[in-house]
This record gives sequence, structure tokens and C-alpha cells, in this order.
Amino acid sequence: MTSTTTFEKHRESAQTRSSVALTINGQRHELTLDNRTTLLDALREHLNLTGSKKGCDHGQCGACTVFIDGQRVNACLTLAVMHQDDEITTIEGVGGVEHLDPMQQAFIDHDAFQCGYCTPGQICSAKATLEEIRAGIPSHVTKELTGPIELSDEEIRERMSGNLCRCGAYANILEAIRQVAKERA
Amino acid sequence: MDFNQSADENLFDRARIIGKPHKRIDGALKVTGTAPYAYERNDVVENHLVGYPLGASIAKGRITRMDAAAARNAEGVAAVITALDIDELPRADSNVAKLFGGDLVEHYHQAIAVVVAETLEQARAATSLIEVEYEETPGEFDLDDAWKRLQDRDVINEVGDVDAAFERAEVSIDEIYHTASQSHAMMEPHASIADWCDGKHLTLWTSNQMIAWSKKALATTLELDEADIRLESPFVGGGFGGKLWLRADAVLAALGSRETGRPVKVALPRPFIFNNATHRSGTVQRLRIAANKDGRITAFDHSAISHTLPGGSGEDAVNQTRCFYAGENRRVAHHAIDMNLPEAADMRAPGEASGLAVLEIAMDEMAEKLGLDPVEFRILNDTQVNPEEPHKRYSDRHFVECLQKGSEAFGWRERNKVPGSRREGQWLIGQGVAGAYRGAITMDSGARVRLSQGKLVVETDMTDIGTGSYTIIAQTVAETMGVTMDEVEVRLGNSAYPVSSGSGGQFGAASSTAGVYAACLALQEEIGKRLSIESPRFENGRVVSGDQDLGLFEIEGEELVGEDTLHFGDFQDEIELGTFGAHFVEVAVNAYTGETRLRRMLSVCDAGRILNPITARSQVLGGMVMSIGAALSESLSIDTARGFFANHDLAGYEIAVHADIPEQEVIFLDTLDGASTPLKAKGVGELGICGGAAAVANAMYNATGIRLRDYPLTLDRMLDRLPAI
Repeated sequence: MTSTTTFEKHRESAQTRSSVALTINGQRHELTLDNRTTLLDALREHLNLTGSKKGCDHGQCGACTVFIDGQRVNACLTLAVMHQDDEITTIEGVGGVEHLDPMQQAFIDHDAFQCGYCTPGQICSAKATLEEIRAGIPSHVTKELTGPIELSDEEIRERMSGNLCRCGAYANILEAIRQVAKERA
Repeated sequence: MDFNQSADENLFDRARIIGKPHKRIDGALKVTGTAPYAYERNDVVENHLVGYPLGASIAKGRITRMDAAAARNAEGVAAVITALDIDELPRADSNVAKLFGGDLVEHYHQAIAVVVAETLEQARAATSLIEVEYEETPGEFDLDDAWKRLQDRDVINEVGDVDAAFERAEVSIDEIYHTASQSHAMMEPHASIADWCDGKHLTLWTSNQMIAWSKKALATTLELDEADIRLESPFVGGGFGGKLWLRADAVLAALGSRETGRPVKVALPRPFIFNNATHRSGTVQRLRIAANKDGRITAFDHSAISHTLPGGSGEDAVNQTRCFYAGENRRVAHHAIDMNLPEAADMRAPGEASGLAVLEIAMDEMAEKLGLDPVEFRILNDTQVNPEEPHKRYSDRHFVECLQKGSEAFGWRERNKVPGSRREGQWLIGQGVAGAYRGAITMDSGARVRLSQGKLVVETDMTDIGTGSYTIIAQTVAETMGVTMDEVEVRLGNSAYPVSSGSGGQFGAASSTAGVYAACLALQEEIGKRLSIESPRFENGRVVSGDQDLGLFEIEGEELVGEDTLHFGDFQDEIELGTFGAHFVEVAVNAYTGETRLRRMLSVCDAGRILNPITARSQVLGGMVMSIGAALSESLSIDTARGFFANHDLAGYEIAVHADIPEQEVIFLDTLDGASTPLKAKGVGELGICGGAAAVANAMYNATGIRLRDYPLTLDRMLDRLPAI
């Protein structure tokens, strides 16, 4: 009983809402949020940026992948209030219907999706994969930890494995990523 | 329009657009995240509340007490509805367990409360404040126990004299196999927004494969007139059978809306889905095959059990064994055993996916025992008639060609024939083959096509669950009406539109395009009447008849509408319509650890006219991926003490990921099946998952010499038997 009472008291006195300023797709937003709000729900429920998807809410599927200060992150695994002044890029910032990013175009060209629900996360991860390889960040399958990393199918598959696709478009996603890598080279 | 006989030569045989590769017309919406899924309908719903479900924490029994006072008083909470607050809701025929209401608990995580609050955070937190007490009753959770108890095997169907055939058999096998329970695990959780504010008219924005079925189920469950219900489901984030039915998200959202007078949205939390929603039942199967020394099969005897809640049908794994291969004597029996696990129901290729996973291992075992090549053995036992009813011929069956073409493309002839004898470094290499069969069901399907302001708008309640419906329907209209793809707008998944086949059983693509074709013909007739011309031709955007030649979009006057439903005639009952395929797989099994890695997989498919090779190929690729998951990792682990699936999230239930999927290739045979639809098409969405798992198992046998008969084929089953190093 004592611990419950202490907990209740603590809860009542604690601040349950906080203000946070986020820069999303280049635009600054000032929000007052329930502290429990994940970055994903801040985007989807408070800013109507529903391109980032909620597949599991537990960091298990990757459908919510966004960029925070240039790094890919599962937006469901981080609270919005932890990101004061951070620069966040979502699929809406990657490209729109009238101005597709090359990766988005490559996904269309190779039919790299079916139902489309994991797709925004796949595209964000695909872009990050190429950047991470270019930056020399090793993965589980990297053979040489120093020096440039070969842009192999194995590297791409490994780095994309946090993004589940139940429609099973993996082979086509790989083709799309290869296309973008080739265009860049 | 009635489809009462096989289609003769028609416009689709001279197609410009049907059967040609077209990128998805909804692609740009999906890659930009702007396709609106059910939970995201901020474009049409304002001022909504959020509902969060609570599930039962026992598998069977009664709720004796629920205390929701703390939840009701929690910040932001607008309403709490517990199962004890309302009577058990009537159950639609398509549901086995009730969806909500009353004290009875039929399975773990059955919905027993919904908390409706201003925000998700508030609703979720308040849900944890509800106190529940139960009176638990013992349940049945162990399929193997049921199998052992099952003495009296009533036979579904027997042809010939199976027992005598086995007595006479020169070569036979008799083995027991297991397949695991599986979850659809589609990426978009079940989700709905309901507006039932006035308690009379219900609008549901939901994620569902079957609009008309679900509307009917909603009417039954909520005791409403169908006329007062509207459903929209324009984008579905995967279904695989899991969204064929009305589920708890829709019902809880509706109840919450009626209670609060505001729209309410509910998404099933991922860890809730596995036990609350449906799954594919695991099976235990016994398969006996008898053959003459020359390799001709003389008898099949296939019995299987699966689990179901009382009243359901489980997973019928024996059906394909009735018709896939030749053999005079055949007996099959399926027993759906009443158990108290969550609701078993259809998942992609229900029955065949589990049945072929076993039959195609058994065929491999027989081939080996006979000393025949597994490809040759299958070819030898091909049939062009239903062996149970030999007067029923297959309308168009090219299974042999699938095997032959696949062998050639895969390099089957060069394979190692001695199991366990090909080694590359630490890897044992093996190759396997399996046959694929799935029925080609057709369902009546309707559509409406409107000639409207410079374009053709097609409306049907057909859904696109990733299958490519938007694109193939646009192709059908463009082809039939002689216009370009850009001149067609496709509107789907709305109960305001004509009732279609919906998406399921791989009947959607073939049936819905046939319905759209019928609607186009109805529109052509209207156009003919308006212009007072006979049998006009529609080509290059023009209506041509005799010396008349007018632009289709230049027709003046009120909007013209054609609406029709394609009815499939009884003549299809007298023939066998099926789709066929062959899978070829190469695996590497680690000689030290038993870890299996796929190296490549090829599937050859015979499924009539392929309406769009891009989207059809993706469907087959996806089926292959799902069969690889079924082979190597997918299994709902049953806690047989407490009666639930313990690994109820996407970390514990392991679907195939990028790193699991090697090179895949799909070959479509260039076939046409005029008995199926006017477009001569059949479904292909489920063929890819049929037999694929067995091809993996057979390749693993070829690699290691270890015959595995229990899925998933994990390394622990082989570790003590791996070849000496």
C-alpha cells in the first residue's frame, strides 16, 4: 500500500505534458504533448503526417522508419519529447507524388511493394542503407571492417532486414536499391 | 451477364493492354505514404476519440467480476465498455467466436473491454486499470493429444478399394507429418474508424478484404439494417485471409462511437492480434501412398486433423490429395477437432498450403523409394481428369510443362543425386522440387462504369490488398473501351459500389476483371442507344459504326452509366478448374550447425492468362517468400498449459526477412483458360505458397540425407543427425 500511495503522489505531482519543438521536413513545429507520446504518434496523430506507418509499435517491423538528424530510427521506439530541436525527415519529406525521390521512383519501377504499408519505412531504410555503406559503417556481414565496404546484395539484404514486408517484395526492393546505387555510381 | 460456356476467341486475344506489363497505378500514392489506410482517414473524419482493447487473460471460462471504476475516472477517458455491460453480440455466420459482450470467454485475448479516450496514451493507460476476475475451466490445447485419441476415423471420401490396393502395393510409404499454426502477420494491423454517433447509421472506415460479407456481418452483429451501414476500405495493408471477416476492431470502434456520440478509431495492438484475431491451424497428417514398381501410383490414403473452436472448420489439409495426381484408389479424411485455442480460419491457400507441404514431401519419399527422379515421378502420375470423378476433365492443365520448363531453367539434370554428398566449404548443398496446385475458384462479381467528364470511372466494391486490383481493373476498362490507362479512374472498396467477388481464395483478380468487363459491355450498350447505332466498335478513344466515327469523350448529354454483374454458370461445376506450378529450390545447410540458408528458388506457374505480368509476378514472389517462412521459421508456439500462442509479436513469430530471401525467379506459362472467365484468366495469388515449403524440405533432404516431416524445419530437428564431418 505504501508504495502505491507514494507512486500515486509522485504521479500527481509529476508533469505529464511537455512542450517540444521539432523540425520536421524542414518545418518547425511547436507541440505540447503527453510525455508518453512516441515520435511516431506525434507525427501521425498530431501533425497528420501519416506516411510513417505503425505496424507493431514495438520496433519489430520497421514500418515507422524515419530520419533523425540524418540517421534512420524506428519512430515508435522513441518519445517525441526527447527530440527538442532535432531535424526529422519522414517519407513526406523524402518526396511527394509530384516530385518523387529517385528511390521512390525505383520502387515503382521494380514493383517493390504490394500492399504499400511497409513501403515508406522500406524507402527510408533503403536510402539509409546506401548512405551507411558509403560512410563505411560496417554491418554483421561486412568482411573487412576497415576500408570501403562493397555494395553487395548481401550487405543490402542484411541492412534491410529490420524492415519486414509480409507481401514478400524483398527481391524487387533489392532491385530498386540496386537501380539507385547504379544511378549514383 | 451470364458466363455459361467457355469463351471463344475474343478481344482479349488481340489485347493491347490486358496481359501487358503496367506499373501499379496506385504506386505513387504508396511510395509517398499518401495512400490512406483505415486508421489514417483524417481526410474524412474529424473530432474522433481513440479506443483501446482489453483481452481476456484466460483461454476458457467466465468473467465473474470486472471493475472499471479507476479506468472510467482516468484522465481523458470518455467511456469504458466492458463485456459485462452488454449482452453477447449476435454472431455472424462468418465468425466462430463471438466478437464481444457477455461473461463467456472462448479464447485467450478475446476482447472483453474497450476504453475510449481523447488520446491513445490515455486509453492505453486506463485499460491497464481494469480489474478482471475469472472462473477458469479446463480446455483442450494439444493437437497431438487429440491425434492420439482419434481412433474412429470417419472417411470423408473413398474411391476404389484403398485397403486392397495397399495390400497389393509393390512400393508404399506411411508417415506422420506436422505443420505449424501460422499467423497472417500482415503489416497493417486490423483497424477501423466508426461513426455510429446517432446509434442508427453506421459508417465504417476499415481494413477489410470483403466489403459485402463484412457489411452483412456488421448488420447481424450490431442488429442493424444493411441499408444503414456504409463501409470503406480503399487501401488494405495486407490481408492474406486475416481480413476476410469482421473482427473486433470494427465492433469495438462502433460500440465506442455509439456510447460517446463521437467517431472512434481502434487499431488492434500488434501483440493482441495473434490471439485475438484468426490464424491458420496447425495440422497432424498421416499420408500413405502405394505404387507399382514402374512408378504408377495406385492409392492415396491421407488423413489429417486441425484445431478449431467449436463450430469452425479448421485447416482442411487433404483436399488437394483428391485431385492432384492420378491413382485409382483414394481415401481422404479431415477432422476439425474442437479445441480452445484462438479462432482458426482461412489463411492464404487455406488447406492446400498445409496439405501440399506434406503431400509433396511424401511424393519425394516415394520417388526415392522407387528409384525415380522426383520430377519424372510427378510427370508419370499427372492426370488430365479429376481421378475421383474421371468424367470431369481439367479445363486447362499444364503441370507437366511446369515441371519440364522448370527443370530446364533450374538445371535440375545436373543436380547431385546422392543425398548429403555435395559439400562447399562448411555448407552442404541440396536441391529439391515440389508440385503446386490450387483451385481456380470464380465468384460472381459486379461493377459500374461511368462515362464522366473526359474519363471512364469504374466503381466496384472489390478491394486491392496489394494484389494489383486497381491496375488490372484499369487495364480491363482501357482494353474493352478502347481508351488509354490515363483515361480510366478506378474506385474500389466502398459499399456504395456494386458488389464484387472481393479478395480471397485467389478468386479476386479473375472474377473482378470479368465483372468489370460485363459492366463495360453494359456501358457500350448505353452508348449505342444514345447514339442510335448498332454494334459500335470502341477503339483508340472513338466509337465507330458504319460511317459514324465519334470521340468517346465527345458524346453529349447526361452521364452514361453501365452496370452489371458477371454470373458464373453451372457449367463450371462439370469441369475441373485449377492452377498448377512447380517449385525448384537450392539450399545450403551448415554442416556444423544445421542452419539452413536458401540459395535460389524458381517457380513456374500455369494460371491462364496473366493479366499483368508485373503484379502477378509480385504475387507469386510473395507466395514463395511466405512458403519459405512456413518451411523454415513460422510457427505459433502453443502454451499447452494455458492455451494461447506465446510468441504473439513480430519478434517472436518469425516471418522471412530480406536476409532470408535469395534469388527468386518466376516463369509464367503462356496459357489461356476460356472456361474460367471471358478474359481466360485464373488466380495466381495463392499458387506461390502451395508446395513451396515442401520444395525446401526436399532440398534439405538432398543436402543432408535427413528427412524432416515436421514444420518448421529448424536446425534442432537435425543437429544430432547431421552427416559426419
